Amino acid sequence: MITEKDVEHIGMLADIAILRGELEEFTASFNRILEYFDILDQVTGEEKDGGAAVNVLREDEVVPSLSPQDVLSNAKETEDGFFRAPRVM
Amino acid sequence: MAEGMLTFSPDDRYNAFLRTVSPARYGEGRLRGIPVAIKDNISTAGIETTCGSRILSGYVPPYDATVVSLLKKEGAAIVGKTNMDEFGMGSTTENSAFGPTKNPRDETRVPGGSSGGSAAAVAAGLVPLALGTDTGGSIRCPAAFCGIVGLKPTYGRVSRYGLVAYANSLEQIGPMAADVAHANLLMSVIAGHDPKDSTSLDAPYSHTPSMEIRGTRIGVPEEFFGEGVDPRVASVVWDAISLLERKGAEIITCRMPSMAYALAAYYVTCMSEASSNLARYDGVRYGPPADVRKPWHEAFQERRREGFGLEVRRRIMIGTFALSSGYYGKYYAKAQAARRNVREDFGRLFAEVDVIAGPTMPTVAFRFGEKSDPLAMYLSDILTVPANLAGVPAISVPCGKVEGLPVGLQIMGRWMEDERVIDVAYAYEQGANP
Repeated sequence: MITEKDVEHIGMLADIAILRGELEEFTASFNRILEYFDILDQVTGEEKDGGAAVNVLREDEVVPSLSPQDVLSNAKETEDGFFRAPRVM
Repeated sequence: MAEGMLTFSPDDRYNAFLRTVSPARYGEGRLRGIPVAIKDNISTAGIETTCGSRILSGYVPPYDATVVSLLKKEGAAIVGKTNMDEFGMGSTTENSAFGPTKNPRDETRVPGGSSGGSAAAVAAGLVPLALGTDTGGSIRCPAAFCGIVGLKPTYGRVSRYGLVAYANSLEQIGPMAADVAHANLLMSVIAGHDPKDSTSLDAPYSHTPSMEIRGTRIGVPEEFFGEGVDPRVASVVWDAISLLERKGAEIITCRMPSMAYALAAYYVTCMSEASSNLARYDGVRYGPPADVRKPWHEAFQERRREGFGLEVRRRIMIGTFALSSGYYGKYYAKAQAARRNVREDFGRLFAEVDVIAGPTMPTVAFRFGEKSDPLAMYLSDILTVPANLAGVPAISVPCGKVEGLPVGLQIMGRWMEDERVIDVAYAYEQGANP
């Protein structure tokens, strides 16, 4: 059973704010969905090899890529060719 | 290269398009001057690409997805971006931040999703060809609900470079068209190896559809006609399968036990992948900006609360939970074991049969608001997710109607046998419409 406090914690881990009025509905839907996921308890064995996924690597060669102007073109705040982000500390 | 400009001014009463391009440039090639609509999670250089989300509003990609480059190389006119459930998360297109799309066959109903805009644009005759993407049925569901053809290719057969990622291990770009021949044509343009996608297979697609299916063994799993499948839909689909039998195919009923937990495995997997993929939306590099005067987490949490819709936030959070310490073994690891079982079920069946057939969707198109409970909406994907979990090709082809609403016949094939899936769909289509 997931509580409203758990949902707030998950929101913090996922960096998504939750409004007070949304907590009840999120908690209720989380519980319904997770209860449905319990059917996975019936599955035996483990998947250890990562399934069908294979790493495909190429030689480390320089190939054409986007210009710095293109890369920055969608950012609202830039400075000296860098993105400006909120302060971390 | 001779070029021209195409004027594109559709009567888009269904809200199929988020934006259109007119006049649209075109060139020489197999698709010379043919208008093609692109789902809005596929990058188009110079054309806003939002994934149906406010968090990407105003985002103009500086490059084309590989599939878009390939379309342009064959002369296609890229005429617009189609509506979708936000980031592909939904089966109705009601989760778009920019309003729902209406089903051209019945405007009181959803077109299906998440590629609902692409399906509606084709069904309404606004474009002959459209690209969709299919993570757990998002091409086949709207194709079935709108009465058109949609193919989810073998995983890796079409490049995902430039597709805005939602659940990388499941999703594929694929063709949507009014008939099998046109879906086949579009597939031949977009398939092929791309060094920019490390999961891309070196398997170009060059195929002429054949309606000769004598001797083809068609498996029909009981589970595809089980609980939750509208008996009227089941009856229409069985009629279609009988037609294939009359054309010389052999029908073999079979079982697919992993269907019991395939849907749970699918949702745990796609939510987990989404929680990682969508972490990039922080308002720093694209989309409406985060407030740089605020501390990082506060700015980030606010931006994401405002920018993402409820369903996207729900999936990111459940995915975060499923991957978190203490729960990983119960959810994500079990989902991957279940996924292996689904693959093994397909492998076992494909030793006995050449294709597997069943309904695409358990019902006809929903009314607006009918699937407001998220779990109820998830359950409607039960018949389409197995193909994504196994990476095998699957097509939906119109096969009749229930109370005037289209029903889709789904054909799933062996890994890399997209051609055979196309042929069986073509045999049905030509047999039913002689």
